[in-house]
Amino acid sequence: MGYVAVKGGTEAIEEACRLFAYQRIKGDSAPLEVAQIREQLYLAVDKAMGEGGLYAPDLAALALKQAAGDSLEASFMLRAFRATRQRLGTSLATDTSGMRIIRRISSAFKDIPGGQMLGATSDYTLRLLDFSLLADDEMRREAFRERIFRHLPSDLDIPRTFPKVIDILRREGLLAELPPRPAEDSPIPDLTRQPLVFPAPRAAKLQALARGETGGMLTLAYSSMRGYGDIHPTLGELRVGYLPLLIRHPISGETCRVGEVKVTEAEVLARMDGEGGMPRFSLGYGLCFGQNEIKAIAMAILDRSTRAAVPESPAENEEFVLYHIDGIEAMGFCNHWKLPHYVDFLSDLDRLRKSQELARNGRQREADHEQG
Amino acid sequence: MSRAEQTAPTPEQNSPAIDPGYPFAFMDEGAKREIRRALLKAVAIPGYQVPYGSREMPIARGWGTGGLQITLALILPEDVLKVIDQGCDGSVNAVNIKKFVAKVAGVTVTTDTREATLIQTRHRIPEERMTSNQILVLQVPYPEALREVEPSENETRRMHAEADYTRMWLHLYEDIVRYGEITISYRYPVTVAGRYITDPSPIPRWDVPKLHMADTLFLFGAGREKRIYAIPPHTEVIPLEFEDHPFRTEDFTGKRCARCGSDHSFLDEVIDDHSGARRYFCSDTGYCDKRRAGWNR
Repeated sequence: MGYVAVKGGTEAIEEACRLFAYQRIKGDSAPLEVAQIREQLYLAVDKAMGEGGLYAPDLAALALKQAAGDSLEASFMLRAFRATRQRLGTSLATDTSGMRIIRRISSAFKDIPGGQMLGATSDYTLRLLDFSLLADDEMRREAFRERIFRHLPSDLDIPRTFPKVIDILRREGLLAELPPRPAEDSPIPDLTRQPLVFPAPRAAKLQALARGETGGMLTLAYSSMRGYGDIHPTLGELRVGYLPLLIRHPISGETCRVGEVKVTEAEVLARMDGEGGMPRFSLGYGLCFGQNEIKAIAMAILDRSTRAAVPESPAENEEFVLYHIDGIEAMGFCNHWKLPHYVDFLSDLDRLRKSQELARNGRQREADHEQG
Repeated sequence: MSRAEQTAPTPEQNSPAIDPGYPFAFMDEGAKREIRRALLKAVAIPGYQVPYGSREMPIARGWGTGGLQITLALILPEDVLKVIDQGCDGSVNAVNIKKFVAKVAGVTVTTDTREATLIQTRHRIPEERMTSNQILVLQVPYPEALREVEPSENETRRMHAEADYTRMWLHLYEDIVRYGEITISYRYPVTVAGRYITDPSPIPRWDVPKLHMADTLFLFGAGREKRIYAIPPHTEVIPLEFEDHPFRTEDFTGKRCARCGSDHSFLDEVIDDHSGARRYFCSDTGYCDKRRAGWNR
């Protein structure tokens, strides 16, 4: 069945869309509620929000439902939705030491001020299929909740802020100094409104990384840490938690808090940077929406690796990295090869046939020459 | 509370139960035999990286699957197992691996280096000298010592085959020119039995001399990179150094463990409070506990 050029293509396309929607509902299972996806597949929701560049848990869950679980499609829908929204303003810069923390670890020091807080993580679970989940029900859940909360003291004193591990290293002069803080009203490039140019301003680079696709960033960061690069990262600190969303009140000018955003932040220390004759640790920074630790760590590594003076591997080349980590652009272009290329291909065929003809003629001439 | 001091999650609570239908020591017999053959080859050619068919383990790649496969291939019901992570018995990952092996192989576990017959470790060699009746299994992230100077595996295997180590020496020399000394901190490359330059795993330089002419068999497993190698007992292990720039271990002069008072063990630096003050503790917690219990009275 031809799908565009041939007559009847429109109808075929409509039926294909309908069949896709039907595919999701043809079974006997109960319809999946958006709340179920938001609560029970929250890591998929977090990933879609990060890659889509829109913090909207309900919409991300809806996108996942509509895309039948395809994470690239889901983040694509979120980003497309975002493009229809008006930009109302810019939030104020927030110091992440004020994060309401749900998880916080350092692999640089055994004990850190404020303590290591493992939080909810699959890191230490055995990856064995849990067949008992086949019979998941409300009673089982109730019993599990009961086991967890029974021994929990109600008066736990949780600190409101946690000091940053890297600040301690910086105070001792072991870490490169922070660049001067930009003035509060200095403009920040917005990647959703302006194209990426090279060399990319750091704000644009971090935005591109924050919206990057987890798998693509992981691949590049892994190539760097495995051998195609020179970054030996130590995770100074990894935090997951909620950051207050602060804006300046449009009328009174006062700072007000309009909500909070769940983020993952990674600070990676990489060995010695000989600049200015004083060897130091340098910092790679990663921050993304939701709990997506692999992405935050990969981002921090790529932030650091792309600062190489002379790039020697793909992960050290800022342009290579920033142009290829955007999942939505990459998936769209990869999928576009399914579009008709009849005309282009015909042109290709023409050239190939001509070249073959020339090659054949050439060979014939050589043969004639030898015989003659 | 540090991670090390946390009560580790028990697999029963946080992971599915291990089905009694799994074979002894989890892996199938064919896989274990393949690993044991790779180990024999590794012992026969000290420092040489033997490729093997690394299997998927129920813990993630990079979390000790290479060491775990060796442990599971070797372990016998009568073995006594110790597992440490950065010297610590109570660290979450070590506890997890230890519980897993204990469960699938039904062995006794210990924190006492002397008591163990099999020790699996990440990034440390215990402080107490190990004997000829013991095996130390080291988890390895980067089995290739030459990776620093050459990213391609095809090329590094050629370099090893021809003992072409010029670029490695040049790398060290350039380090000295640039920084005044060799800046490799952990994972310090060594020459094993006068032939292969070998990665001792990310142990601190402090532990490197323990590999030289040891009584113990050291086995190295890199699960993600699918390599096994070994340093047999009584083997010469020499860190790369120049006459005028000798190999040096970490300097703890004037520091001692705040818990057991040891001035001769590798120390962890701990940031004490918000002011950033430092204290030091033995990295080898089993050793520290033993000293506290009056071991050297």
